[in-house]
Amino acid sequence: MSGDRNSAAKGPSQRSVEIGLALLILVFGLIIIGGALKAGIGWSFDGPKAGFFPFYVGLLVIAAALITLFNEWSNKETKKIFAEWDQLKQVLSVAAPTLVYVIAIAFLGIYVSSAILIAYFMTVISSFSVVRTALVAILVPLITFFVFEKWFLVALPKGPLETFLGY
Amino acid sequence: MEEIGNLFHGFATVLAFRDMNIFGVTMAIPFNVILMVIGIVLGIIIGILPGLGGANGVAILLPLTFSMQPTSAIILLSCIYWGALFGGAITSILFNIPGEPWSVATTFDGYPMAQQGRAGEALTAAFTSSFVGALFAIILITLLAPLVAGFALRFGAAEKFAVYFLAFCSFVGLSKEPPFKTLAAMMIGFALATIGTDQITGQLRLTFGFTELIAGFDFLIAVIGLFGIGEILLTMEEGLSFKGRDAKMNMKVVVQTWGKLVKYWWLSLRSCIIGCWMGITPAGATPASFMSYGIAKRISKNGKNFGNGEIEGVVAPETAAHAAGTSALLPMLALGVPGSPTAAVLLGGLLIWNLQPGPMLFVENKEFVWGLIASMYLGNVVGLIIVLTCVPLLASILRIPFGIIAPVILVFCAIGAYTVHNNFFDVIMMYVFGILGYVLKKCQYPMAPLVLAMVLGDRAEEAFRQALITSEGSFGVFFENGLVSTIMTLGLIALFWSVISAGISRIRGSAPATAA
Amino acid sequence: MIQSKSTSFYVAAAALGVALSGTPALAQWEPQRPVEIIVPAGTGGGADQMARAIQGIVAKHNLMKQPLVVINKAGGAGGEGFLDVKDSKGNPHKLVITLSNLFTTPLATDIPFNWKDLTPVAMLALDEFVLWVNAEKPYKNVKDFLDAAKKGGFKMAGTGSRQEDQIITVAIEKAAGVKFTYVPYRGGGEVAVQLVGNHVDSTVNNPIEAVAHWRGGKLKPLCVFDGKPLPYNDKIAGDKPWSSIPTCKSQGLDVEYVMLRGFFMPAGVTPDQVKFYVDLFRKVRETQEWKDLMSNGAFNTTFMIGDEYKAWVAKEEKRHYELMKDAGFLAKKS
Repeated sequence: MSGDRNSAAKGPSQRSVEIGLALLILVFGLIIIGGALKAGIGWSFDGPKAGFFPFYVGLLVIAAALITLFNEWSNKETKKIFAEWDQLKQVLSVAAPTLVYVIAIAFLGIYVSSAILIAYFMTVISSFSVVRTALVAILVPLITFFVFEKWFLVALPKGPLETFLGY
Repeated sequence: MEEIGNLFHGFATVLAFRDMNIFGVTMAIPFNVILMVIGIVLGIIIGILPGLGGANGVAILLPLTFSMQPTSAIILLSCIYWGALFGGAITSILFNIPGEPWSVATTFDGYPMAQQGRAGEALTAAFTSSFVGALFAIILITLLAPLVAGFALRFGAAEKFAVYFLAFCSFVGLSKEPPFKTLAAMMIGFALATIGTDQITGQLRLTFGFTELIAGFDFLIAVIGLFGIGEILLTMEEGLSFKGRDAKMNMKVVVQTWGKLVKYWWLSLRSCIIGCWMGITPAGATPASFMSYGIAKRISKNGKNFGNGEIEGVVAPETAAHAAGTSALLPMLALGVPGSPTAAVLLGGLLIWNLQPGPMLFVENKEFVWGLIASMYLGNVVGLIIVLTCVPLLASILRIPFGIIAPVILVFCAIGAYTVHNNFFDVIMMYVFGILGYVLKKCQYPMAPLVLAMVLGDRAEEAFRQALITSEGSFGVFFENGLVSTIMTLGLIALFWSVISAGISRIRGSAPATAA
Repeated sequence: MIQSKSTSFYVAAAALGVALSGTPALAQWEPQRPVEIIVPAGTGGGADQMARAIQGIVAKHNLMKQPLVVINKAGGAGGEGFLDVKDSKGNPHKLVITLSNLFTTPLATDIPFNWKDLTPVAMLALDEFVLWVNAEKPYKNVKDFLDAAKKGGFKMAGTGSRQEDQIITVAIEKAAGVKFTYVPYRGGGEVAVQLVGNHVDSTVNNPIEAVAHWRGGKLKPLCVFDGKPLPYNDKIAGDKPWSSIPTCKSQGLDVEYVMLRGFFMPAGVTPDQVKFYVDLFRKVRETQEWKDLMSNGAFNTTFMIGDEYKAWVAKEEKRHYELMKDAGFLAKKS
């Protein structure tokens, strides 16, 4: 939902986020063009080289980003907000632990990290009882473990605990 | 007709009772039917679980079937495939996370329907459409196998490019989003698709020396991030409103939905034809689902409401995807060319069981081929019954509080992203895509063109360049014969259709959005 | 075990592996965890089929207590899979099955690995290549075909770019003084169908990729790129067995090429651990399923281990380097 339903609330303006995003897309386009140049953007006797398509795609990315940038720049409606700070805080309360979770997978393996993520979510973000939390946080990774590692023989990232248990 | 006789013989093979020794008691049991039910249930589980697509599921279970008779083995494996096809729609509708690539288009309207408390309706529509699409394709296989296989042979690189071109053109068009943001999204998709190894020259491109990038970006990772994680972040912003969706819990919803679906017979038929054509050519189920969705959006009276929970938006992609998925088995059996990743794995199975796919298979291994075709009919009927009985149960998953379901979804997203390439880097990329998905969606960049460009991008480029190599650089190759020129022309019409209709409506002075 | 905890995780893992496996000097080493087979190619290809067949054979005959798990890592022409094995130094629970991309990928791209980063285990078979043309074409033998090809404009389809199929194509060009337009496709099945549909003029498909069309009377083999004819005498297409295909050399086309289907392990594993897998593969080769697989695909069943295998791989690497250098396929150092 756009933030214009409550113009009194505080938050970053839609315009500034739009401009930031367009700039990011612009940089992405530049990177693509850089890579394409390195791969060769020419047209050899039997058709385009490896960088031909990425190059023109990159040009279009940049063009689209520049036009969007221009539109937003000349957009005088600055009151509309992207989201309220409170809402962003909510989003961050999920985004931050998820980032930690994703990184933790590399060190603890996916099962232990998942248990911690679920436990964190159920106790800190929502407020479930310790018993229910423990039940879900232990059962979900455990079932996942048996389904993937045992029945379907799909190896997922494992950490010190699994190594200690001999997997 | 000989085919009908063969088919009944096939039914007899599938339904045959076999004496089995169970707990010391010898009894006659319908062994193949039991395998069928096991296969479907396993398939549905595989379809729901992230990262265990039909191809993986079949590949993993393939070695277990070596000790069976080939007919029994293929029944088990193909039923896993049907189950996975049914199961892929479930997470798309309930959580906006496509379980399979071809379920992406199902999320566009299926997820909004679930959000509006119509999960049961959406699931019923998806399952029924899958069944109709698959059934249509099986009938086609039964009656026209040799003819259709010959048609597939006419598709060289230029023809293949034309098919991708048509699929793309029929999907893109005017949407609510600002045109330059649509363009940006689409081009980002194309750019992401080119990263990794260039299939034509074999050289690395756009990897900038990072070995993590050599495998490129699989579009499933982008989809899991953009749709799955992005959706959770949006839900958080709205303050846990995921909680306590009203989901109907009884079987009445199935019957009511069927009543509605009958009205869409023409939509279904059209989607079946699109699907079969894309499956045989073989472009595959994913382009088929997008193409069918795009065409339905343009033709339907409710076209402009697509994306807000329109039942037609579920019927069109599901029917086409399953018609394509099923008919993709035909080129595999008749020519030995897999039309889908799962078909590729099944192909490996055939070879291991000493069966040579190809024209001779229909002559030398009649019992096997017709047993398989019969099991397609029965497997889909059994599958439909199983999934429809589960509709109330599945819809009730939405009643689980957000505080529990959200972290579980996050875990599943991570598993799904990891299993695509067994690569940890992909999990990080999934997270990045998740954040991007949240921001892009809030800034009105459409996701669908981005995803479609990622799916079709490298395939289309590859076919384009293969065609140019064969023609030694001449563009005439794309209008060389009747087949390829027809498809190309259709594509161009589809591309300019929206421009033309927008022009007309502009002259009339009305808003472009009403023109579709 | 307590001591090892204080060191880094990887050392701990390795130490634990040794600790759990009993005293290595006395007892035979055995895998303690599921063993991964990395396939540096997509699902459904030749290497993948072989890995999955081995997985099935091992499971069916109970040749190993722990299960085998097949993992596809096809990215970067297989570079992704090889890098994974290279980075798993000392891990005795990982195997990689190889194609020719063991040599071609590091040469054609700048992906940093070499077979010397791995421990050779065993060569299980060699995959053959056959020159195929559409059965409707009038060429009776290799000479007819090459004479027609000399007029120019012939298209050769193959799997991948700067890999085995294209290397053979270049070798034919060099040996016969012809020029082909090479068109790369994703998989062998697709390549064969392009030939059946007359979209290209010839292919060098593996036997297993094209046999169905041979039997169906759509394709015909002209010669096999091996030193001697294939040893399989069962009738395949009509009354023709695999052994009826002459060698290319006997037809005046002096090109020989076979592709390795062998196994490697990460570096830093013990001889005991290698021995376990060598013994395992010996048992696999004894089974009927394996023999069927070999005759279906008309494989060359040469088995090699140890130094002999190592020497073969080193020789092949050198040969690939020469072939690819001549063809101009080496990666430009950037």
